[in-house]
Amino acid sequence: MNKIKIYILKTVLLLFSGIPFLANAAGTDEILNVSYDPTRELYRDYNVLFAKYWEKETGRKVNIRQSHGGSGKQARAVIDGLKADVVTLALAYDIDEISAKSKLLQPNWQQNLPQNSSPYTSTIVFLVRKGNPKAIKDWNDLIKPGVEVITPNPKTSGGARWNHLAAWGYVLNRELGDLKKINDSDKAEEVRVAEKKAKEFIAELYKHVPVLDSGARGATTTFAQRGIGDVLLAWENEAFLSVNQLGADKFDIVVPPISILAEPPVAIIDTVVDKRGTRKITEAYLKHLYSPEAQKLAARHFYRPVHPENADPADIARFSKSKLFTIDEVFGGWQKAQKAHFSDGGIFDQIYQPGYN
Amino acid sequence: MSFRFKESSVLPGFGLSLGYTLLYLGLIVLLPLSALVVKSSELGFGGFFKTILDPRVLASFKLTFGASLVAAAVNVVFGTIVAWFLVRINFPGKRVIDAIVDLPFALPTAVSGIALAMLYSPNGKLGIFLQSIGIKVAFTQLGITVALIFIGLPFVIRTVQPALEEMDRELEEAASSLGASRTQTLTKVILPLLMPPIITGFTLAFARAVGEYGSVIFIAGNMPMKTEIASLLIITKLEQYDYAGATAIAVAMLLVSLALILLINLFQSWSGKHLIR
Amino acid sequence: MFINILRSTDKRPGLNPPLIVNMAITVIALGFLFMFVIMPLIIVLKEAFSAGLSLWWASITEKDALSALRLTLLVAAIAVPVNLVFGLAASWALAKFRFKGKSLIITLIDLPFAVSPVVSGLIYVLLFGLHGWLGPWLGEHDIQIIFAVPGIVLATVFVTFPFIARELIPLMSEQGTDEEQAALSLGASGWQTFRRVTLPNIKWGLMYGIILCNARAMGEFGAVSVVSGHIRGETNTLPLQVEVLYNEYNFVAAFAVASLLAGLALVTLVLKSIVEWKTKHG
Repeated sequence: MNKIKIYILKTVLLLFSGIPFLANAAGTDEILNVSYDPTRELYRDYNVLFAKYWEKETGRKVNIRQSHGGSGKQARAVIDGLKADVVTLALAYDIDEISAKSKLLQPNWQQNLPQNSSPYTSTIVFLVRKGNPKAIKDWNDLIKPGVEVITPNPKTSGGARWNHLAAWGYVLNRELGDLKKINDSDKAEEVRVAEKKAKEFIAELYKHVPVLDSGARGATTTFAQRGIGDVLLAWENEAFLSVNQLGADKFDIVVPPISILAEPPVAIIDTVVDKRGTRKITEAYLKHLYSPEAQKLAARHFYRPVHPENADPADIARFSKSKLFTIDEVFGGWQKAQKAHFSDGGIFDQIYQPGYN
Repeated sequence: MSFRFKESSVLPGFGLSLGYTLLYLGLIVLLPLSALVVKSSELGFGGFFKTILDPRVLASFKLTFGASLVAAAVNVVFGTIVAWFLVRINFPGKRVIDAIVDLPFALPTAVSGIALAMLYSPNGKLGIFLQSIGIKVAFTQLGITVALIFIGLPFVIRTVQPALEEMDRELEEAASSLGASRTQTLTKVILPLLMPPIITGFTLAFARAVGEYGSVIFIAGNMPMKTEIASLLIITKLEQYDYAGATAIAVAMLLVSLALILLINLFQSWSGKHLIR
Repeated sequence: MFINILRSTDKRPGLNPPLIVNMAITVIALGFLFMFVIMPLIIVLKEAFSAGLSLWWASITEKDALSALRLTLLVAAIAVPVNLVFGLAASWALAKFRFKGKSLIITLIDLPFAVSPVVSGLIYVLLFGLHGWLGPWLGEHDIQIIFAVPGIVLATVFVTFPFIARELIPLMSEQGTDEEQAALSLGASGWQTFRRVTLPNIKWGLMYGIILCNARAMGEFGAVSVVSGHIRGETNTLPLQVEVLYNEYNFVAAFAVASLLAGLALVTLVLKSIVEWKTKHG
């Protein structure tokens, strides 16, 4: 009987020691990149590329551990103690919250790297059924009678927030003619009227939404696999990817004349890298994202590189040249946008209040 | 009758087993849950009630508890029938059927949700058929109920089944030899004996349904005021880094569940003392 | 053999419904299971094998899938025995003795079922997270509980906590204490009584409890997802791996891993059948 117990104990210990996080070979650096969902394919390739680069530069091997999930959920994990060396998330707001809630990095983190710390950007486009049977060309077509729109819940999905804000910006641009008026105090009344119109448009838009999935990829599945809806609002890179993965013969991508510039930022988690002694390698890891070879890779994965001259021209040709506005110029940054639109009692909640029409 | 904590018994091991039970219960369940309560108390009394009395939160409570009750009731009726079938009726391949009853536990909830959505969506195998007779399941409250029936299905079956297997056959024999009709044997002998496991199964299926998240969100549609379940609102709060608000909803749900389950369990122990003997 | 189809399993007098009633019961039972269990299972299997056996095999032997499998087995191997000991102790105390406050304790045991899986994960974040009660102390001593294996084990133990206890309590209550009292009065020790009298009486219930507990331990998604950290090849369990694959639009691999999970959880049931067969024929 006792022998059996000892044997069981040994097996348990053996199983535990088999867990790889205890093993760290000498001469190997190790970093953890906590990222959001749509970057899986990009970072799988980039990590290989960087490992080669790092070995050539320093002669050391690197083991890059990779974690993916919804952007907000990943940020919460870091806030609550997931030891990420770098975060590469969907929106600056999530990294702001890491800084504000847990003081793991400086509040001005976004100035550490060029282009607001966003080595690649994207925008919001429409994915429609093949041949575009409902003739959807612009934002206004989304609220035509009989059109069903699929977008995830902006309360739970970072991507959906970009969709919502892009639609809002479209109305402001249409009403004002020039987005610069937003920050012009003389035009305050005009802006107020435009914002009222925008709210009406958004309320009408959500009336055309039959299902609010909790995440961007859930929404894609609802649209592509379940066959629900006429148009899916999606990241440009996601739209390309789903056309590639789920059938080029089934969907078309429609790029609206105006949309939002989505900037997914990257940052180093200072307290973690200082404790682990991984600052040098993480800095190299993020800086190398701006290198020609990484920019080329980003374009291949349907992200818009910030240095398009380094990418394959054929990849760049896939991105149509629509007018893109930034979150700073229309909303005054993520903090304000989040508060006005998506926090409790914000615009999204207001239009779903009973009695609001 | 004196006011003693425990009635005397010749069986040994009461102190040890109860002590261990309480210790483990405290460490694994009560300590972590108290963290939940403490966190929600950050809101203060007013903030707590403001959070949980929000119309959207109330609508989600109504939906969650309502759909859970319906699902548990459906499971009681059909689960008992299935258990009877598995124990009392000869059928080829019964063992295979017996095996797949546990499937709803084995599948990760997300997979169940995806599979059910595939099945019941307007272009799914059963969805097409149901649509043709005018029933829309996926992305409605009915869809939520379907998912909750699925995840709670094994509970009633697996509590009633062993009780049926271990049931003393002589009671039935005695009843029939004393001239009881089949209906009388069923209602006077068998059902009273099955009542405790049925109630337990109901309670468990209900409790599990109230908290369910993974399988429901894929088939629910998640529309505010209509098909938004309480667990989704917890996630929504968390996404806004509002831990206190999230825990407030969780605590409110927990208190309601606790009260309901306690009521059922009290009824069960009362009926155990007064009805069966 | 075929003559017996749809007839009652036990020929002794008792409640043996007429054939027509048995037929109705069978149709209802199978119809219900078909709508709610068999069809979803068929969907999963169809998707899993839609690209052929070799791709299915490749999907479940892929590096990350294997490490997820190892983690899932480890977690179940800890959670099930721990809850088994608790289940036996709790059912002994609660079913064999009469005392005040029993219903309250049973209710508290049920509680983890009523807690949303998301919340089951959250409570451990509130305890062990950076801002949790024990977080700062753990941080100082470099102990990682959540976003590592211990957190996943804890969340699983919590979620599967009631299964075995709740399976045994009603069963033991129904059986009463007469047999144990008889054994004791014949001079058996308490431990002997438990092993020779109580345990054989509850063996099927116990078995079901273990099966359910094990299935749920391996299949748990929500709670584990909160405390996992989702690090590829390290803290992803099989259900999380399914999610990863699904989100990569790799539907075949996702359902392949899901089918493996379903198979694994049913292994215990096969064991039960073997035991059953042996006791009948051995």
